Parts: sequence; structure tokens; C-alpha cells
Amino acid sequence: MACFLVPMGEAIVTTVVQKAMEKKERKIGGEGTIKAGLSWSRRLSWLNKMLWGGTALLALEHVWHGEVVPWPPFLTAMENPAEIGPMLHEMATIGVAMAITVTVVWGIMVLVTELRARAAMPKVKESPAGGGA
Amino acid sequence: MWLIMTALAAVIATAIWYVKSPEDKYKLGLLSLFFWGATLMWLVDHVMAYMTEGGQFLEINLDATLLGVAIIVLALFVWEIVLLISDPKGVLKKALKN
Repeated sequence: MACFLVPMGEAIVTTVVQKAMEKKERKIGGEGTIKAGLSWSRRLSWLNKMLWGGTALLALEHVWHGEVVPWPPFLTAMENPAEIGPMLHEMATIGVAMAITVTVVWGIMVLVTELRARAAMPKVKESPAGGGA
Repeated sequence: MWLIMTALAAVIATAIWYVKSPEDKYKLGLLSLFFWGATLMWLVDHVMAYMTEGGQFLEINLDATLLGVAIIVLALFVWEIVLLISDPKGVLKKALKN
């Protein structure tokens, strides 16, 4: 019915956070964050891409099934008061589960890249000494 | 059906992105993340609907297949718009100069 609105809400928040992070990193001067792995704005951009991509494609599916229309109130469930309750229930269950799943998968991606970056750190430190000349 | 088609598109886009990496000139990472985000969301939707309502896990019919095609077309369209705006080869810049 409108489950994609929950990931969309999360996408709006994370996009704002990412933009704020980018500004902050530019002020600090990105060098330090890049040396310690990927910057947080870059990591958040992965989450934003997954959330916005999923939201856009799910919105198309809802339009296809006639659950979203281009005229107010946009959600067909809103036209019938009896359908508002089930719609909110779907958002609270399926919508929240979707947002949590995407966020957990993103968390795993960040964790794996962080661990790999940390594993690569000693090699970077050793290489100049080993290089000689 | 659209779940399977989006998952297939995600797998193919990720494979191409991996072959071309570490360079991501054509923003294939963006395309694969778009598809993975949608695949995860539909997977949750299908699993929860199957657990609560039962019935078929996958809808396999012409309408569902056409929806799958439309979804892939939309994702490719958005990706191409982003690609044209960023213009990594400078093709549009050159065309506008001439």
C-alpha cells in the first residue's frame, strides 16, 4: 500500500546527514579520514543509493498496481477511511522491516570494508621501509 | 517475478562493476546498489506476505514479467540520467562547445 514511504523517510534523513558529513569532512580536510579507511560520507552514500533506488523502484510497482496515483491524496488507500488503518499497519511492519534490512546489510558492508582497510594498514606502513633505495 | 528479475539485474550489474573496478567511471556501483536496495525491499515484502497471508511466494505471469521489465528500464533510465549529468567522458561538454 505505502510501505516504501518508510525507507523513503530514512533516505531523506540519511541524505541530509551525508551532506552535513561532507561539509564537515571538507572543513577538516578529508586527508585524515581517507587514511583511516573510507570517509563516513562515502559510506553513507552507499546506504542512500540503496534506499533511494529501492524507493524509486517500489514506487513504480505501487503505481503499476494502482496503489499510488498522480493526483491527491496520491495513495488510493487514503480515499477509503477503512483502508487507512491497514495501510499504517503495513508501513509499521513491512516498511520498517524493509528499512531495517537495508540498513543491516549496509552495516555489514561497512564492517567488512572497515576490517579489510584495517588489515591492509600495517602493509602500507611497512612498504616504505621495505622499498629502500 | 519482478523480484527474480531485479535480483538478476543486481547480480549482473555487480559482476560488471567488479570486472571494471577499481575504476567506476560509468557509475556501475550506483546501478548495482539501486538494484540491490530494491531486491532487499521486495524480498522482505515477499517473505512477510508469504508468512502472514500464505499463497504463492512468486507471482509468475505476464503482468508480473512486464512489471519486472518496466522496473529494469526505470533503473537504467535513472542511471543514464545520472551518467549524462556527470558526463565522465566529456561527450556532452565537447558537443556543447562545438
